[in-house]
Amino acid sequence: MKVEIVGGGPGGLYLAILLRRADPTIEVRVLERNAPDATFGFGVVFSEETLGALRDADAETHLAITDTFARWDRVDIRYRGRLLSSRGHSFSAIARTRLLEILQRRAAAVGAELRFGVEVDALPEADLVVGADGVNSFVRRQRDFGTRVAPEGSKYVWFGTDLVFDAFTFVFRETEHGLFNVHAYPYDERMSTFIVECPEPVWRAAGLDEMDEGESLAFCEQLFARELRGHELLSNRSLWMDFLKVENRTWHDGNVVVLGDAAHTAHFSIGSGTKLALEDAIALANALERRGWDVEAALVDYELERTPAVERTQTAASESAGYFRRVGSYAHLEPLQFAFNLLTRSGRITHATLGVRDPHFTRVLDAWLAGGARELEPAPLFTPLRLGDLTLANRLVAAPDAPVAAAGVVLTGFVAVSPEGRITPETPVVDEWQPPPGTVALQLGHAGRRGATAPHALGVDVPLHEGWPLVSASPLAYAPYAAVPRELDEEGMEVVRDAFVAGAERAAALGVAVVELDLAHGYLLASFLSPLANRRTDEYGADRLRFPLAVFDAVRAAWDGVLAVRLSVADGARGGLTVDDGIAVARTLAARGCDLVHVEAGQTVADDRPEYRRGFLTALSDRVRNEARVLTLVRGHLTTPDEANTIVAAGRADLCILDLPPARIETPGEAARVGAPAREAVRR
Amino acid sequence: MNVGVGLPTTTPGASGELVLEWARRAEAGPFSSLAVLDRVAYDSLDPFASLAGAAAVTSRIRLATMVAVGPLRPTGLLAKEAASVHALSGGRLTLGLATGARPEDYEAAGADARGRGRRLSEQLAYLRAGIDAERVGPARDGIELLVGGGSGPAFARMARYADGYAHGGGPPRAFASAATRAQAAWRDLGRPGEPRLWGQGYFALGDAERGDEYLRHYYAFTGPFAERVVAENLTSARKLKDFVRGYEEAGCHELVLFPAVAELDELARLAEAVA
Repeated sequence: MKVEIVGGGPGGLYLAILLRRADPTIEVRVLERNAPDATFGFGVVFSEETLGALRDADAETHLAITDTFARWDRVDIRYRGRLLSSRGHSFSAIARTRLLEILQRRAAAVGAELRFGVEVDALPEADLVVGADGVNSFVRRQRDFGTRVAPEGSKYVWFGTDLVFDAFTFVFRETEHGLFNVHAYPYDERMSTFIVECPEPVWRAAGLDEMDEGESLAFCEQLFARELRGHELLSNRSLWMDFLKVENRTWHDGNVVVLGDAAHTAHFSIGSGTKLALEDAIALANALERRGWDVEAALVDYELERTPAVERTQTAASESAGYFRRVGSYAHLEPLQFAFNLLTRSGRITHATLGVRDPHFTRVLDAWLAGGARELEPAPLFTPLRLGDLTLANRLVAAPDAPVAAAGVVLTGFVAVSPEGRITPETPVVDEWQPPPGTVALQLGHAGRRGATAPHALGVDVPLHEGWPLVSASPLAYAPYAAVPRELDEEGMEVVRDAFVAGAERAAALGVAVVELDLAHGYLLASFLSPLANRRTDEYGADRLRFPLAVFDAVRAAWDGVLAVRLSVADGARGGLTVDDGIAVARTLAARGCDLVHVEAGQTVADDRPEYRRGFLTALSDRVRNEARVLTLVRGHLTTPDEANTIVAAGRADLCILDLPPARIETPGEAARVGAPAREAVRR
Repeated sequence: MNVGVGLPTTTPGASGELVLEWARRAEAGPFSSLAVLDRVAYDSLDPFASLAGAAAVTSRIRLATMVAVGPLRPTGLLAKEAASVHALSGGRLTLGLATGARPEDYEAAGADARGRGRRLSEQLAYLRAGIDAERVGPARDGIELLVGGGSGPAFARMARYADGYAHGGGPPRAFASAATRAQAAWRDLGRPGEPRLWGQGYFALGDAERGDEYLRHYYAFTGPFAERVVAENLTSARKLKDFVRGYEEAGCHELVLFPAVAELDELARLAEAVA
């Protein structure tokens, strides 16, 4: 058996070691383009998990690596002149040169052949060819792996410094051009890695696109002079770059396989690239041994084993990359919330897990959220919220299909402004509607072209045999076999607007606390907003906000209470409203007196492309709240109080609807108790 | 969680006699449903004809397509076939529908594979809304509808028109993740209650090697995915019990186990293992 490994980085070398250890009769050769001591970048960091897998795979390398490690458990966040620290994390780092030296020595010792200065220009002949040759993998380009490579996140540049940090340090620095940030960490007793990052527009505005290596180094040194405390930045081909996200549909083809960055990259801001490469090598070596060196079967095993873990890491990394690209929009957050938002950016740390690592941090955070120090701080979900003139007791919102005891506010289901505005014959009409007990938010809407459908127990958008006439922005049927609506004319618009106003007046008379106008999910007002549903050639097509705003303004004038809008922020369909469009709408509404945006997405058209998963609306709510600067309510399948605590504490939403797992709300008795265990679970 | 069993209608060489005897014994066994797959360009029996046959020799057990590829058939004909099985079985049909993954089935059926997602949505609306019901009988009322598929639009289609979700197979954690997405879609579309969640797996408790060979052949079109299916083949009572427990913990309501080997002995072994 002969194995050729192209690329002598950590993944390739480690695989060589493991294969030779597993079976010394196997010929293993590593082909590396550069000299043994050439390296780019400074230190590599391993965050979060321990490298236990390495110990099991090869104790000797594990020992050599971990002996050299710089380790620390603290994250420092320098923001707006404040230093915030969080403990209990687990980081380690090593100089890249040192790591390679250890692996090269060990690989040679176990009898792998290492050839340096070899430029590979054709796939080598072997029983197994491994592409461990990085982001721009030559091996990968020789076969069809269904490769996608796209830039992700911000511009960044990788420096070293002779200042030894004693924590993983994030620095945020506001400039006239926008926000810059630094990721810095020590990797041995004399040096730290110092990565400077900023969004591309900021980078251009600062003139960095025109600067050479020396000029950009001087710029960064000056910008972060305070943090560098007189130390220098060191360059090693340190040029500003785009991070490239690499994904492959498959990682092997015949006897050719890719690993590490050649197979997948994960944004550097979560520090997992080297770890993934080493884990790939372990999985590949194990699969080969387990399958009795049957290459085809082993490569299938390898890919199946690694894909889920890698995808999870890539998702978290993309979240983190997106966070740093948008970080300017969080600059209004108070330092403590900013820090918690940063720590929880990739979804891998939550309020509960941070509470275990660093109880002091969450205690201080909870106290701040609760508005002052008390003996027993409530969890973030159970802090009060000031909403217009109202003070809600907590951040939990009950809905008809998400009952919860002691919610801060009880949101009704869809209540129609008129009989024609009903969705199904069962939809209540506001004239005859009576509020439930408690602090009530009335969801007021007109179904538009989604009206005259069968009760939802049967399905949604299932047309009635004998319905009622429908109206919409344009005469386009919503779903298969649905009736074609009549285009709403100006007179009709007045009638609808007046019905909304009358609904709000009735809400006032009934003592309702919040009116929520429905501009979501393709109902009447939403149908005006989207180019997919509004094809009008009049002024209501030229300005698609015109009619929804007319209704909003009329209700705002007639209603003194809290006014919310349920808004499909993005259509999630080709040619439809984008997230940026939706945020602009939210901003406009907020400027006209909207107190709360209930964030929704899609259903503007029946054939949209939703992405369902746990928390599928959280990122959207985050953007609306922090870019349009308006309070938000979010649902999107949050199934645990911890998710909601994290969201509220991080400033991604102000109010949440929880969808607890079905088993927990099977009986009304249990439904009533749901609030209690939720509260206890998060209290200390 | 209920456990159902597949009929050996897509295992080449299984005789009609065997299929009917299988149905009789499944009815007598600890199974709540009897399910079929749907292929055209493969040596297999038609799903609706098979379920009609099974209906004639059973009276209790639920009959399910898990799944039928809806857009292979013109909509009126699909409704006719499904409603006929429903009528012949005294109202025991669960109709699982999806778009299918094999272009050659569309080609062999003379149907266009393009736009199949949209056509499936139309078919579901047709079935659910009783479109043309006065002309195209028998009655479709009470047919339980499931929808399969792993994309966002598939989950939305399921939540919009169906009673539940038909998962395509895989380890329990894959099912759990799909179940979460199904529940999220269900709430997002405003459906009351919870979707019914159906899962499936393959078993070969007597002749594992033959079962593996069959699965390699049946899933050859998927490339490396075939090996994954083979790896998950339930070839021992132990493996099967772990799988069943995993699905139960993941919230599955009905788990259908399909035979990879068409031998009555396999059915007996399964009955023993799940009893």
